[in-house]
Amino acid sequence: MPGKGSRALRIWQLGLFAAVLLAWYVLTSPTLLPPLYFDDPHKAAFFFGEPLKVATRIWDWFSSGSIYPHLWVTLVETALAFAIGTILGLVMGLWLARSPTASALLDPYLKALNSMPRVILAPIFAMWFGLDIGSKVALGVTLVFFIVFFNVYQGVREVSHTVLANARMLGANDRQLLRHVYIPSAMSWVFASLHNSVGLAFVGAVVGEYLGSSRGVGYLILQAEGTFDFNAVVAGIVVLTVFALLLDWMVTLAERRLLVWQPRGGETEKI
Amino acid sequence: MSALALEGIRVTFVSPDGGRYTAIRDTTLRVAPGEFVSVVGPTGCGKSTLLNVAAGLLQPSAGATRVFGEALSGLNRKAGYLFQSEALMPWRTALQNVTAGLEFRGSEGAHAVAQAEEWLRRVGLGGFGGRYPHQLSGGMRKRVALAQALILDPEIILMDEPFAALDIQTRHLMENELLALWSANRKSVVFITHDLEEAISLSDRVVVMSAGPESHPIGEFAIDLPRPRDVAEIRLTPRFIELHGLIWSAMKEEVLKSYARQRQ
Repeated sequence: MPGKGSRALRIWQLGLFAAVLLAWYVLTSPTLLPPLYFDDPHKAAFFFGEPLKVATRIWDWFSSGSIYPHLWVTLVETALAFAIGTILGLVMGLWLARSPTASALLDPYLKALNSMPRVILAPIFAMWFGLDIGSKVALGVTLVFFIVFFNVYQGVREVSHTVLANARMLGANDRQLLRHVYIPSAMSWVFASLHNSVGLAFVGAVVGEYLGSSRGVGYLILQAEGTFDFNAVVAGIVVLTVFALLLDWMVTLAERRLLVWQPRGGETEKI
Repeated sequence: MSALALEGIRVTFVSPDGGRYTAIRDTTLRVAPGEFVSVVGPTGCGKSTLLNVAAGLLQPSAGATRVFGEALSGLNRKAGYLFQSEALMPWRTALQNVTAGLEFRGSEGAHAVAQAEEWLRRVGLGGFGGRYPHQLSGGMRKRVALAQALILDPEIILMDEPFAALDIQTRHLMENELLALWSANRKSVVFITHDLEEAISLSDRVVVMSAGPESHPIGEFAIDLPRPRDVAEIRLTPRFIELHGLIWSAMKEEVLKSYARQRQ
């Protein structure tokens, strides 16, 4: 088995991708093979799309520039949902973790809200905030908030007692403890959940658009589905996936910069 | 006047299910300015509890703590504490950890950094200021913790088995460095350990605690070995061996008691 990151592995990964594309192409082309399952040779293309047409569609979107306003809206929604959800989660998490009374009071409600399938709030948000970006941001915020909140809560509660006692012995007052001990400790948990929360902000934006909107990549997919244009649906999904990967990669970069103090797996340098 | 006086301390913990556990009782310990006192006893005899009372991190159930004659309420601001487990802030570099205390007391900037660099050099870590704790070995982290506590120039230094996790060679090095730092600028030290040899080689006085629960001092021995000492070499001198025998005979019974209790 080739090692991770080796050239041979890359080649195999690309080969697998090419093989899947080729199988897709051959099986859905109306002319290459006689129909295997459907009675009409065009049905396979109708239900599964055709890779070349998907690629052409993506190319058209980007070359004509028609997709940029939609992508921009989706990204703005994602960014707002992520920022607002993270800040709310951070503040609530810090507050509840340090106030046992408030946390005991709110505990059952937070549990209930967290176990509720929150996507179902989308219609309510649509009524409150309209079909514009507000309702999508709100949906994304409900998804991001709980991830960050629970991580911060956990992070603050698991601050090492020794580190805390040491900081107090060194003269830290309550405000300094919050700033120099609780928040850095909580931040490491927030960063551990960053991949999840950015992903969910994106999910909130796209699902919100899909459920009712006039702009965004989710809207494009909804439109295509309405006209049974399977190629455009797949093209939209491909664009979303690529952007989700890009966001994830940006998170990884941010993480590397901000969490230099954490030991990484495989790092053995000790002098 | 004592730098630190613990008078008739009793600490009883109450567990959530109503159980009571008295860790220490009737414990009086006075430490003179500039004196190095070690507290030894079998594991689980409440030595750390006693130190936490002295630091003001734990309120005793009965008894009083006096610091230079003044009753202690809240944290002991005149004391520096060296913890047994990892106490450095992992998100700060070694240098930032050493400056933390100055920063908390409101002195920041170039002067604080220069002072911290000087202290890192003094504990043998000049040039390692930019490293994070996870990039340092256990012995180096202890040195950073030592610099972190001593930069504030505390009148009293409380040490809770600070070198217990180190290998024996590193430990001897650290003990010698500690003695060098201490003798340059004599402060009162309370040093907790379960290692009798360590206690004798470092201290002016050794206090032996009984096995827990209800641990209390059962003996006190003045260590009249000459200073400066080399902790590795002094163990071979006849007076050391004589003192060791004397204190061990007082301690032995308690260690066996503690061992028997743990086996139950």
